[in-house]
Amino acid sequence: MTRRRHAGDVAIVAFARSEDRPYDEGITEAEMVMPLLREVRERTGLSAADTDFTCSGSSDYLAGRAFSFTMALDGVGAWPPISESHVETDGAWALYEAWVKILTGEADTALVYAYGKPSAGEVRDILSRQLDPYCTAPLWPDRVALAALQARALIDAGHTDEDGLAAIAARGRAGRTGTAGPPGPSPRGEYVVRPLRTGDCPAVRDGAAAVLLAARHRAPDLCERPAWIRGMDHRIEAHGLGVRDLTDSPSTRLAARRAGAFERPVDTAELHAPFTSQEVVLRRALGLGPEVRINPSGGALAADPVMATGLVRIGEAADRIHRGESRRALAHATSGPCLQQNLVAVLERDLEREEESDAP
Amino acid sequence: MPEPPRAPLRVEFPFTRSLGPVLRAFLTGLRERTVLGVRATDGRVLVPPVEYDPVTADELRELAEVGPTGTVTTWAWNPAPRRGQPLATPFSWVLVRLDGADTALLHALDAPGPEAVRTGLRVRIRWARDRTGAITDIACFEPFDSAPGRPATAHDGVFADPVAEITAPARLDYVHTAGRAQHAHLTALADHRITGERCPSCRKVYVPPRGVCPVCGVATAEQVEVGPRGTVTTYCVVNIKAANLDVEVPYVYAHIALDGADLALHGRIDGIPYDRVRMGLRVEPVWLPGGAHPDHYRPAGEPDAPYDSYRELL
Repeated sequence: MTRRRHAGDVAIVAFARSEDRPYDEGITEAEMVMPLLREVRERTGLSAADTDFTCSGSSDYLAGRAFSFTMALDGVGAWPPISESHVETDGAWALYEAWVKILTGEADTALVYAYGKPSAGEVRDILSRQLDPYCTAPLWPDRVALAALQARALIDAGHTDEDGLAAIAARGRAGRTGTAGPPGPSPRGEYVVRPLRTGDCPAVRDGAAAVLLAARHRAPDLCERPAWIRGMDHRIEAHGLGVRDLTDSPSTRLAARRAGAFERPVDTAELHAPFTSQEVVLRRALGLGPEVRINPSGGALAADPVMATGLVRIGEAADRIHRGESRRALAHATSGPCLQQNLVAVLERDLEREEESDAP
Repeated sequence: MPEPPRAPLRVEFPFTRSLGPVLRAFLTGLRERTVLGVRATDGRVLVPPVEYDPVTADELRELAEVGPTGTVTTWAWNPAPRRGQPLATPFSWVLVRLDGADTALLHALDAPGPEAVRTGLRVRIRWARDRTGAITDIACFEPFDSAPGRPATAHDGVFADPVAEITAPARLDYVHTAGRAQHAHLTALADHRITGERCPSCRKVYVPPRGVCPVCGVATAEQVEVGPRGTVTTYCVVNIKAANLDVEVPYVYAHIALDGADLALHGRIDGIPYDRVRMGLRVEPVWLPGGAHPDHYRPAGEPDAPYDSYRELL
């Protein structure tokens, strides 16, 4: 368990998300996370004791209490003491940490989970606290306002228009999980911050997600069709909004290149685009053509469990491989205003390995 | 099940932040109605300025003054301003490239409606009347016809009485929900009963319940009434009076293992001199009329519990 591994030797073997369950605002974070952990463990047969590493993603600002993640740990079963870590951001970055942990050879299996309970506060106000505290945060610009500035820049540049955004909104809400949450607003709706309408904005809701990772020699026993992580990388852009070209996402493109996304075409892409306009930016940055199926899950427009939404994208992409519906999928997660930080993972099905493991 | 109890919580911090040499000059300049940018390694003038180059991470120190007029590079009409935003009436968010600057500044534009706003609109700063050295010294922008093109001019960034730090108040409002297990516990407390939940796996009873056995990681559901009497497992003597607490010091704060519980909860001990409280002391809760939980615990008048009966609960 101490040999360094190569990228590609780690797979996602199970995924569960709370969007597939009845919506309940009256439960705690631990109560939200626990059934998902049970689900991924039961599906793989991997016990808590056999899980080498646990990593979670969440935000104290969103929860409105300090060290909120320690409460959620109740649901993990952390005794005898487990090897555990936490990131104060979307769970996609927790998955990155767990992936690195397995690549270094310090773990063979890992549990990753993320949760958010945005119903406790005003997510538009809360996320403004992550902005530059000197020149930006004192103006309390919310994430819809900042995304709307980006959308206007895109429209001015001729990359989309309001009808184009409405088409993305309609597809998002027709996604697999679009009906599992609370009734969403109508596809177009009123302007929230012009040019973005309610239909262009994410369906913010409470939710959680859980993923199990396993190294090469364990994955085939835990999952019929493991989703092998071919590469993963994350990159960030300058914090000054006025310094960035808001119509482009060079950090996404760079992360994708380093993750190997451009080596061969993907058939599916799960993009963490909280706003319709941001899907336009991401498609352009990643060079995704009409042949690529975008966000069959519905994406963040269908359900945005803040701090879990990015991990859900990776899990959804993996699940399509688990179900045999994709051979090679790209998953993307974002954090910060106007797609400031971006993570890209490339997942693949490996038919040869599946045959090897089927052999007597 | 009826709606779980909810409680509001306001989290409020006055964050005090010190300023580096560039931001100190920039914010002091705003107080003096002067807008400063910083020259980046590639020669661009960045407004608002930064201490380090966004591309090369070089330390930046060369300041330049730009104009109070500029051009809108993108905009977003905000029909419903939120708390803390620059204007209380509908306004447009704008990124403005001030004359002489190469990057744009985020702020608000006071305009009669979205029809009056467009990318390329010429605007100027409307200064706040009371200026303290903060980004809000710019009250907002307003439409203003003028010719663009004024270049940036060198500036030494020196002002009398420079701003050393800013205070950025952050306030966020939450409504917390008790959750299923806490709800049941609170409902029982209203009847002066203390309940916990038993883990189906290890059989331990948790009080107050959190809905989960943190050892086994499984849901708890079986309600168990515990106490009302219990045993002091450990305690401390509090000698400093807490704000808003109407209790005379010194007093004793203790861990109390209620009979039938496998986890000690904490409470204040009264009805006995503070220096006579001891481990193993048997206590019972005292409820005050209308109280949502025991006000304190007092001696139950029983012999002390033997150490072995609570050693696992320490």
